[in-house]
Amino acid sequence: MQMPAPDTAVLSRRAEIVAALRRILPHEAVIDDPHETRAYECDALTAYRCPPLAAVLPSSTEEVAAVLRLCHAEGVKVVPRGSGTSLAGGALPTEDSIILGVARLRDVMEVDYPNRAIRVQSGITNLAVTGAVEEAGFFYAPDPSSQLACAIAGNIAMNSGGAHCLKYGVTTNNLLGVTMVLMDGTVLELGGPFMEAPGLDLLGLVCGSEGQLGVVTEAWLRILPKPEGARPVLIGFDSNEVAGQCVSDIIKAGILPVAIEFMDRPCIRATEDFAGAGYPDCEALLIVEVEGSPSEIDDQLARISAIARRHNPVELRESRSKAESQKIWLGRKSAFGAMGQINDYMCLDGTIPVSSLPLVLRRIGEMSREYGLEVANVFHAGDGNMHPLILFDANKPGDLERCEAFGADILRLCVEVGGCLTGEHGVGVEKRDLMHVQYAAADLEAQLAVKDVFDPRWLLNPAKVFPLDATESRRAKAAA
Amino acid sequence: MSASMTPNLTLNTEALLPADEAELAAMIASARGPLRIRGGGTRPVGRLSTDAQELCTSRISGITLYEPGALTLVARAGTPLAEIEAALDAEAQRLPFEPMDHRGLMGTEGTPSIGGMVAANASGPRRVQAGACRDSLIGVRFIDGSGAVVSNGGRVMKNVTGYDLVKLMAGSWGTLGVLSEVSFKLLPRPETEATLVLEGLDLAGAVAAMAAALGSPFEVSGAAHLPDGRTLLRLEGFAASVAYRGKALAARLAAHGEAALLDAGESAALWRQVRDVAPFHGRTGDVWRIATRPGEAPALAGRAGGTALLDWGGGLLWLLLPPGQDLRARLGNFTGHATLIRASAETRASLPAFHPEPGPVAALSAGLRRRFDPRGILNPGLMS
Repeated sequence: MQMPAPDTAVLSRRAEIVAALRRILPHEAVIDDPHETRAYECDALTAYRCPPLAAVLPSSTEEVAAVLRLCHAEGVKVVPRGSGTSLAGGALPTEDSIILGVARLRDVMEVDYPNRAIRVQSGITNLAVTGAVEEAGFFYAPDPSSQLACAIAGNIAMNSGGAHCLKYGVTTNNLLGVTMVLMDGTVLELGGPFMEAPGLDLLGLVCGSEGQLGVVTEAWLRILPKPEGARPVLIGFDSNEVAGQCVSDIIKAGILPVAIEFMDRPCIRATEDFAGAGYPDCEALLIVEVEGSPSEIDDQLARISAIARRHNPVELRESRSKAESQKIWLGRKSAFGAMGQINDYMCLDGTIPVSSLPLVLRRIGEMSREYGLEVANVFHAGDGNMHPLILFDANKPGDLERCEAFGADILRLCVEVGGCLTGEHGVGVEKRDLMHVQYAAADLEAQLAVKDVFDPRWLLNPAKVFPLDATESRRAKAAA
Repeated sequence: MSASMTPNLTLNTEALLPADEAELAAMIASARGPLRIRGGGTRPVGRLSTDAQELCTSRISGITLYEPGALTLVARAGTPLAEIEAALDAEAQRLPFEPMDHRGLMGTEGTPSIGGMVAANASGPRRVQAGACRDSLIGVRFIDGSGAVVSNGGRVMKNVTGYDLVKLMAGSWGTLGVLSEVSFKLLPRPETEATLVLEGLDLAGAVAAMAAALGSPFEVSGAAHLPDGRTLLRLEGFAASVAYRGKALAARLAAHGEAALLDAGESAALWRQVRDVAPFHGRTGDVWRIATRPGEAPALAGRAGGTALLDWGGGLLWLLLPPGQDLRARLGNFTGHATLIRASAETRASLPAFHPEPGPVAALSAGLRRRFDPRGILNPGLMS
């Protein structure tokens, strides 16, 4: 993977820049010891690493503004970082960049139950937001798998989703407002504890902009009352086509499950070996979860089971208790761990129209044979978001490259059938060079124009999201 | 921008009526003066420049893709909203956000279009539960001010590929580009609905009752308070579930008063009135729309005077005021923003329709307009 050549002028002024940062931040908030900056050399896309020039950990919006003002004046690039759990390399530094981490911004500022909103600093973890309100019977809906570790700042940057998006939406649908700092140090507020931001929807634009438009330091989030309860049903099928048809029929029947998860045979087998959840050995498995009171859940599960029975399932198991629910979810939740047990793996994140599921799975199977790499599929089937896991051996020369090529082919396939390159992980560096596949030149130009307006000098996380050839002239002009 | 405009074009009153996206793009590229963008012409909010040539998208019409099993719909921007709602109704589905019909309030005629609805980000009572128009919008195609065709988003409901220009286009009132196609995620139409009615609460009491309802696990899909003193709480879903939640919610709200239950027919009719702000139809005065923190709505309404209708649990405050008042000056600083929806021509000339933005935000908005519409020809000044 190619990154732009570092700015040698900045590299040569490293000591000076670090000293200037030390003048505006407490001593321990500036990290320049090469042993310590290594902690920031990558995020969860560990295949790519590069230690930054330095890392800073400001403790307030004012400190963030001071850092950005300084870096803007000095022409130093800044890579914002939440908790570093990005699977797309969103927080990957370059040699000439400063990592700006929000890890010290972790406070809950205000909880407003009557108006169902919470104001937090952006470094707080996703799960801690729910933790702050669950005793009062509320929760924060977006639930990425990394929710124990991932920061709200990163969730906003990547517009993160989770398993429950079908009912509750993704981050952008649950974000009410932000305090953010532009690259030149300007602090501004977008939206707030109300349901509609004024003027142009800049809040919607910032969410999912991968840390390229500004650094979000605080956020107003929508919190929701917890449902009375939730229970899943597990359904096994002999064919992917039939499982896909069943998903479609459930949706058409007017039932809105909170999650519809899909696993294919390689995934079922791997998780079964690992977790022993008692899944049937079949071609396709669905876990469909619904919410409500006990009788509402019974009623919905009965409707879903009736639909499933019309498709001759090999297994149909409605959960009747918390323990049964946990057992049904056990395999799905350990899917990634199970894969890691077998080999190194790369987790993809394309989205497809649900109707193309059988075709896409068949083609992935064919490609798997061509590339000689195993692949297992887990899939948020309700919303078309698939996560193929490609297994490879990082110690085997050429395996990573083959895996990357295979992954790129899968994502091209997603676009070809009417889907997109990424459903919830973001583009980062990982899918940057595939953007041409999804977008024509004019489509990209409109997005680049937005970046020009927010960060005219292209200093904020500049080598991400867009193909380098599409941004080269802008970055060069900014550097001059 | 003025350099490229020739004054004699202002005499041209014949509307441009492109037949398709390509023609729309060509017309914008070759435009030599300001354009007034029109869908169905039913939502004349903001300053409409009188010397601009009208460009109407009504011929760019038709549903291009509808997959009920995937809950997705794609339609050309000029498609009548009624045509889309009929197609969805046939499959027992709907647009989740219950878009308002502005005709009664604005005294307009014409056919609301799906593109106009998006340009206005028109969202009704179900916004409290299902989000706004912008939350269900998953893809757009539009023509920017230079005539370039731009596509963003698509037809899948989870998509974080690049910047979200979809959100940016929703509620941009045709000032950044002219929509040619829009894509939505849909929801199933529930089997039935019912509404709990509490009588005689004042605004503060109503907001408290609505907060209790919206903070309950009973999935309230509408929470409004009418000027006649009725407070309404809507439940939707399967019949048995609605019946159960109706009882449970009434019990939960006992401290706020005794709730009566309206059946599906009455409920649906009442929520259409809330959606379209029917109590203000045909009444003299200016209509303002305030988005705020729900708990602050009663005090704001008190300071404003006039007649108030609350939606979104209080998060949306509709006000009918005597003509010509500068509501923003009267309210001073508050959480949220106020839009002047309906007023006389003189009032609209003296007061901006949209809430003035703080300097740094205004600078970003202006910067985006300059980039998306470098000649300043798309609904110039409408949102200022």
